[in-house]
Amino acid sequence: MTITQVAQTIDAQILCNEQLQGLEVASACGSDLMSDVMAFVKEQVLLLTGLINVQVIRTANLMDIGAICFVRGKQPTEEMISMAKEFGIILLSTKLPLFPACGKLYSSGLTGYGVREI
Amino acid sequence: MHFHYDVPGDDFSCAGSASAEMKKKLKQLGIPFDIIKRTAVAMYEAEINMVVHAGGGEADIDILDDEIVIVMKDHGNGIPDIEQAMQEGYSTAPQIVQELGFGAGMGLPNMKRNSDFMTIDSKIGVGTTVTMRINLSPKTEPDDVGEEASVSGANGNAAAEKSAVIVHDGVSSAKVAQGGS
Repeated sequence: MTITQVAQTIDAQILCNEQLQGLEVASACGSDLMSDVMAFVKEQVLLLTGLINVQVIRTANLMDIGAICFVRGKQPTEEMISMAKEFGIILLSTKLPLFPACGKLYSSGLTGYGVREI
Repeated sequence: MHFHYDVPGDDFSCAGSASAEMKKKLKQLGIPFDIIKRTAVAMYEAEINMVVHAGGGEADIDILDDEIVIVMKDHGNGIPDIEQAMQEGYSTAPQIVQELGFGAGMGLPNMKRNSDFMTIDSKIGVGTTVTMRINLSPKTEPDDVGEEASVSGANGNAAAEKSAVIVHDGVSSAKVAQGGS
């Protein structure tokens, strides 16, 4: 699904790089541990996280993750938004907690296949 | 082609900037996509390690005809037990770092997974140098941690030196040498 559809599904607000909302994602990963994201994500997933610091944006950039949705109503800092603009990563925020946000997206067709098995 | 970066140890938000720069350079050089990703992730994990555990350090990257060589050197306290440090989930990161999303104990395993050959040379009280080599021949998936990837570890120690080498080319051998004091 596109990021536009993701935003509709979990009632998320697009925070920057709106022009990228046509980006297609086939899978997603929900995590607050960036080392786990680097260890297990193998495709260009949608990342859902409640973690607010610039390393989230750096991790996404290095993993070629093009979209990040912050959950539980978290808002990224100005530094994070600026970095995301520079790296071309679209940022969203939803008031939903991580589990229901992931559940709604999973029910709507996003898979977990972008993450390697243990 | 050689690149050098100083990694400051006093600002966690800057950690990763050298890796991001390196990723940009590799893209400009037309390096294959999967090689760029493996190089960037391996270097990023090493950078974070240097900042979290060692007060920063230096990164030197050489792009050769057939491989990329990444040397990450710090002047921290050294790693007392390399084998233990290589275990997934084992971490000595302080609480504050765990709250920032790191310290999951996946750094060294991630570095090993994304490189074709890795050596760790660490001396207690002196520092640690990690060398990672990534072949420039096509490789679609990095090895899983459980497979035979090459890690050579050497703890410089006044009492004893140990080195273990596991060779990554389908032939595995372990060699442990014990030196005198």
